[in-house]
Amino acid sequence: MVGLVADCIYLADFWSRGLVMIDLRGFGHQLWDGTLMTLELAVVSLVVGLLLGLLGASAKLSNIGLARAAANAYTTILRGIPELLTVLIIYFGATSVLMVVGSWFGYDEYIEISPFIAGVAALSLAFGAYATEVFRGAMIAIPKGQAEAGRVLGMSRIRVFTRITLPQVWRLALPGLGNLFLVLLKDTALVSVIGLEDIMRKANVAVGFTKEPFLFYMAAAFIYLTLTIISMVGISILEKRNSRGLVRG
Amino acid sequence: MDFEVIVEYFPRLLEGAWTTIQLVLVSGIVGSLMAVPIGLARHSGVFWIRALPYCYIFFFRGTPLLVQIFLVYYGVSQFEAVRESMFWPYLREPYWCAIIAFCLNTSAYTAEILRGALAAIPKGEVEASKVLGMRKSLMYRRVLLPRAFGMIVPAYGNEIILMLKGSALASTITLLDLTGMARTIIARTYTPIEIFLSAGVIYLALSMLVIWVFRWVERRHNEYLRPIEN
Repeated sequence: MVGLVADCIYLADFWSRGLVMIDLRGFGHQLWDGTLMTLELAVVSLVVGLLLGLLGASAKLSNIGLARAAANAYTTILRGIPELLTVLIIYFGATSVLMVVGSWFGYDEYIEISPFIAGVAALSLAFGAYATEVFRGAMIAIPKGQAEAGRVLGMSRIRVFTRITLPQVWRLALPGLGNLFLVLLKDTALVSVIGLEDIMRKANVAVGFTKEPFLFYMAAAFIYLTLTIISMVGISILEKRNSRGLVRG
Repeated sequence: MDFEVIVEYFPRLLEGAWTTIQLVLVSGIVGSLMAVPIGLARHSGVFWIRALPYCYIFFFRGTPLLVQIFLVYYGVSQFEAVRESMFWPYLREPYWCAIIAFCLNTSAYTAEILRGALAAIPKGEVEASKVLGMRKSLMYRRVLLPRAFGMIVPAYGNEIILMLKGSALASTITLLDLTGMARTIIARTYTPIEIFLSAGVIYLALSMLVIWVFRWVERRHNEYLRPIEN
């Protein structure tokens, strides 16, 4: 009973001081740094992942059997194993692969890749696998006649892709990509497991000092929620902009 | 590649896989049972009934699963009332904490899927049930819910695969699931590539299994929607 009263007082304190983010026991600026790191990781992974997705979708729709098979293997594997495992495989696996490669060239020192690079690689590979399916769906949805018309007018294949296909793919794929970005944003938390100084890692450190796990994990949760809300607003603005030229029945 | 390590430790990995399967099965069953009332409330026309499940779903879909697991495992224990309560023997165990976090998480996602399906049921079917004089409870039991369940099968299959993948996070709170077991083995053998890739293959096999099961369920449940073959 005494414990309950103490908890109630603590919670009141939490809502009045903690949540308004005045200082969070002196760790407010640390969490802010973590937020910037999370955003950086998410944006870089998004850019690389989009490129991988476009590449994957083009491979899936290509005439070359080998490219199709490779793209299918890529999406099946990356969508079937946990993102956490992907992060771990790349972080620890890349280290040992690089060590082996290094030893071929007579370099026997310990080689380590940074958690940021490993995180970008893992998250963009995972994002790219899902984005491949989204882009593929969008590319299929564009009537074939348009590309043929472009070819007949004497455009090269590349020009048909950049002038006709790509602008429309962007519009059709945006809702799906928006959802994937929200997933990506949450998956960035996994990279804290290999030591990247993101929101989660900063929260862990703060918990280690203050022994107040509820306060800091809740604060982390609200930061992620805020980022999610901002992204959702951004995505809906992009979608509105994108369908300007579209007449809705 | 050192195949001897894989052969030697494969039984341990399978042990971990069994924990993973338990996590997914238990939280899948409990989570989907929780999702039905939440989804129905979320579908309600009354704002006050709709608001709370909306916040619940928004919180659990908008924050990383890792945060949710840490909140349940580390966060809750901050309060003395919890440590003094009868639930403490369970809330102390990483196994139960993981299951609680997964249940809450998957129930939010599943409730949202269910809401989408309920909203997609043609209005005519609701009107027809009303014209036949069905009470609301009967209409939901006989018409709306069975229809919705048929619609959510493919989406729910995806959700189970996402949960299978999410269950790897249980390894962060010291649970020896498939990923946790792999990390423990690697700490001893220093063979990350071999062991992580073997774990990946087991995860892939489990995903395939889920996909097959749900294809079968979908065929069975939506038999009446299939075109007649000649």
